[in-house]
Amino acid sequence: MIANHSISDSRVSLPSLEQIVQVLTLEEYNTRVVVLGVMALGTAAGLVGTFLILRRRALTADALSHATLPGIAIAFMVMVALGGEGKNLLGLLIGAFVFGCIGVLAILGIRHTTRLKDDAAIGIVLSVLFGLGLCLLRIATELPNGNTAGLNGFIFGKAASMVANDALTMGVVALGVAIVIGILRKEWTLLCFDEKFGAVQGWPMLWLDVLLMAMVAIVTVIALQSVGLVLAVAMLIIPATSARYWTTKISSMLIAAAIIGCLSGWLGGITSALIPRMPTGPIIVLICGFWFIFSFIVGPVDGLIIRQITRLRLNRRISMQHILRAMWEVSEDTETSQFSIEEIVYVRSWSKRTVSKLLRRCEKLHFATRVSAKNWRLTQKGSAEASRVVRNHRLWEVYLITHADIAPTHVDRDADMIEHVLGRDLVAKLELLLETPALPKSPHPVGEQQ
Amino acid sequence: MKVEAGHSPTSPVSIHDLTVAYNRKPVLWDVDLDIPEGKLIAIVGPNGAGKSTLIKAVMDLVPKASGKVMIYGNTFKKQRKLVSYVPQRESVDWDFPIDALGVVTMGRYSRIGWCKPVRKIDYKRAMDALERVGMSDYARRQISQLSGGQQQRVFLARALAQDSTIYFMDEPFASVDAATEKAIVKVLSDLRSSGKTVVVVHHDLQTVREYFSHVILLNMRVVAHGRVEDIFTEENLKKTYGGRLTLLSEAVERMARH
Amino acid sequence: MSWSIIDTWIIIIGALCAAGCAIPGTILVLRRMSMMGDAISHTVLPGIAIAFLVTGSRDPTAMLIGSVAVGLLTAFLIQGIQSLGKVEAGASMGIVFTVLFAFGLVLMRQAVDHVDIDPDCVLYGSIELAWFDQEPDGLGIPRGAIVNSVMLLANLFVVLLFYKEFKITSFDPALAKSQGIQPSFMHYLLMTMTATTAVAAFETVGSILVVAMFIVPPATAYLLTNRFGMMFVFSIALSIVAAALGHLSAITIPTWFGFSGTSTAGAMAVATGVLFIVVLLVSPNQGMISRLWRRLSVRILVIREDILGLLWRLEERGQGKMLPIQLSEAIGTTELSVRMALLSLKKRGSVSKTASSWSLTERGRTNATKLVRSHRLWEVYLDKHFPQDTHQLHHAASRLEHVTTDAMESNLGHAEVDPHGSPVPDEE
Repeated sequence: MIANHSISDSRVSLPSLEQIVQVLTLEEYNTRVVVLGVMALGTAAGLVGTFLILRRRALTADALSHATLPGIAIAFMVMVALGGEGKNLLGLLIGAFVFGCIGVLAILGIRHTTRLKDDAAIGIVLSVLFGLGLCLLRIATELPNGNTAGLNGFIFGKAASMVANDALTMGVVALGVAIVIGILRKEWTLLCFDEKFGAVQGWPMLWLDVLLMAMVAIVTVIALQSVGLVLAVAMLIIPATSARYWTTKISSMLIAAAIIGCLSGWLGGITSALIPRMPTGPIIVLICGFWFIFSFIVGPVDGLIIRQITRLRLNRRISMQHILRAMWEVSEDTETSQFSIEEIVYVRSWSKRTVSKLLRRCEKLHFATRVSAKNWRLTQKGSAEASRVVRNHRLWEVYLITHADIAPTHVDRDADMIEHVLGRDLVAKLELLLETPALPKSPHPVGEQQ
Repeated sequence: MKVEAGHSPTSPVSIHDLTVAYNRKPVLWDVDLDIPEGKLIAIVGPNGAGKSTLIKAVMDLVPKASGKVMIYGNTFKKQRKLVSYVPQRESVDWDFPIDALGVVTMGRYSRIGWCKPVRKIDYKRAMDALERVGMSDYARRQISQLSGGQQQRVFLARALAQDSTIYFMDEPFASVDAATEKAIVKVLSDLRSSGKTVVVVHHDLQTVREYFSHVILLNMRVVAHGRVEDIFTEENLKKTYGGRLTLLSEAVERMARH
Repeated sequence: MSWSIIDTWIIIIGALCAAGCAIPGTILVLRRMSMMGDAISHTVLPGIAIAFLVTGSRDPTAMLIGSVAVGLLTAFLIQGIQSLGKVEAGASMGIVFTVLFAFGLVLMRQAVDHVDIDPDCVLYGSIELAWFDQEPDGLGIPRGAIVNSVMLLANLFVVLLFYKEFKITSFDPALAKSQGIQPSFMHYLLMTMTATTAVAAFETVGSILVVAMFIVPPATAYLLTNRFGMMFVFSIALSIVAAALGHLSAITIPTWFGFSGTSTAGAMAVATGVLFIVVLLVSPNQGMISRLWRRLSVRILVIREDILGLLWRLEERGQGKMLPIQLSEAIGTTELSVRMALLSLKKRGSVSKTASSWSLTERGRTNATKLVRSHRLWEVYLDKHFPQDTHQLHHAASRLEHVTTDAMESNLGHAEVDPHGSPVPDEE
């Protein structure tokens, strides 16, 4: 295209507003075909991928997509031999489907007849069948009346070669997949969650499994043209894995995965139409990747942020309880119920800064007040809270000594770890079990712990 | 000289000459057993004695090297509607995106049938089952947020929702809290009083007398089986737990290697 | 087929490359991390693309560093997503390598006007053209051969240096840790090795076929031997054979059908697969044929011993002769297999034939006595340990008697009569 770029010139010419509008409205035929096609593909892949992920078959799907290559080459050769032009899409896809299934069967065969594990079986099938596919493809180029140009497109994907019919096929397949999943949702849930239980109930687990893999094969096959076989597996697994960070229900996970897949398709299709030299397939996969990172970080279910927040909250609660207990224990020994920061520092192995920070938080919560420049005192509210905390702690200590046979010197630290994570109902049980008075005495001297 | 052990058509589970091998290592060898109807039966034996394998083989979950199993005089395939299964808790992924109620309704799936959605009545039955194990408050809780004992109770509820006649439970008491233990015991006695047959793989010798009426002592073969009072004797336990019968295991292992 | 020096070098380079891959591959297969090899070999592409965009040249050192760095990043990300994101290992690999590979493809496409990285090269490698790339000049040795030998030697060196560490961390990471060997260090050492090897081999066989070199020969070797050290030897041998076989078939087989030839790298991958299938069938221990044969010979052995036992018991009752058809009815097997077993017994001098009936010879009687003895001792043993199933004793013992060794028999103890009241014969 543009010949005189220098290497350092990585400038990307920005599209004009007019272009953007043109692309967004899908005015142009080519854009329309590609964008609608990959959106349908993304939806279908998200739906099937959900069950694929729950069945833990991500890499099997990878082997499946690589195994389609010899099928494509053979279908091409057969069609040329029969006098056709060889590049009939339906024919090629049937070949791909057949070999995809052969690949999955080969994996199962290796696993059952040898002592090799899943990983090796997948690797063998993936690489050997892909190698076979490359050999056959090379041979196919020499066929006298076959025009193989474009067959290579199945490897890395070539969305530009799509025509309206292809997009229609993708749409029909996506619809079909959605219907099958709607019908078999219950059965596949059983398959993925508890295969053995389903088998006892009399469900044909093997056939459900085969049907699921057939669905995977169909989606992989329609992904070949746009995304390519190396990256097809990404469409199946990334939206579904991302969806797991948003929901704990399988029905919403299906919807979320379908939406993420569809959106990735849409954004990818548009990006590659707007920016020159952006191959559609890889761009879609990259956008899926962004979705994953986004979900992984901000998703409300086990997302990185939510987990950090929970941890911080717990830590905060723990240090709050610690300072309350320290204040209580220190003021227990004094006449005036007053104490200084130094005394707290002495009891807990905290720095002076941490202690004053915690004390300020206590002040805000009206747990403690400053009575003089140096001295602090627990408020009534703080007293009540602290006595509850101390009580819990000592109950645990007593329990651990009497029931778990832990030495009094260690008991403080163990109780520390347990008390913060257990709720009120357990404390109630503990009280019942130990039949203890309101506040047991500390079984070890306060203030000498490490 | 040759005596054929016949299958008793009245026995809920009749096992004949059952042999099972995992990776060429025999786990069960020539087991012969008629399980009595309407009783609470514990399967007891040392680790690796084939306790779980026995109930799995009955339910066709592991391939049998030889032997036959009859459920009320018919094959398991024909009688599976009569059988409920509580697998070991570790056998599934508890991070799976489903709530407790969802798991319990799985027990209704075979009644619902192919492709049909879960009906209201099934949810109601599932809720009843959850209620029976004291878990109705947790119905909408995602299963990973349940404690181990609660997960076990969900599994139990799923089996109850199936409403069958024979229950197989694989170590339901394994590392559960007191509340769960109590709930399971209550369910067991309910099941017994309504005439169901319950076979439980059990690992805790202390509680056998208290919880069960019958016991099967297993160590690769059946050492003894019958009423707890008669069978659960020190002598029989010594036989069961007196180490693997090395000579027999050696011979059977050689056999399986062939 | 016309052979030239080019073909010789193709095989040499292919063999060096495959052998080099087989070394980390063996450890990957043993650790059940084969697909890690797949993931890392995919991410060579973005590594090369980034190195190119950063340095603006095809400097091999920069490309090596870039690819190894991205390869390690891959390993690191896979681990991180798996543990932090609660994602299953397979899915985690799938996500990381597809996204990075897609990134590599986009970068390549962006740089397409300046680079001569050909997508075909990514797939097929350039082993067919390796001969023409002779740098440094004048040695008469292609660069590919030098690169791959260096890689092979480096891998050999690392594996020999850390031999026992790899062995112990692959077998039992916890034990390794307790002995002060960090499993995570060994893991990343292996990942570095894998990444470096993938980069070196990339040029020769292309990024995806590297996977075949990594996984298939070691997996094949795994079916041939049970020993850690021998796995390396077998893997290397197999990969050399596969390289030679691959190139030979690439230039010959298509010509039988009127084509000129096919991709050598692809054919090498197929050759590894063919070797795998052959070994799967004929391996002495794990092979399907030998397993089938063993099962068959055991069946004949059992029938042979059943005949001996039957004739012995008949003698005990004062008979001692039987027609083959009677034998087959009594044992419960086909007449044909009984006849075959009788012939093999006759060859061993255990039975003789008078008229059409068969009876024991002196030698056969000795063997039969031994069998019946262990049968009845087993009945005694089983009766003692599992008292409730007397009705099964015979059935059980008649299966155990065939596997009883002398050592076992002496452990079975002594008894005069079996639980049915028949005498236990003494050994003669």
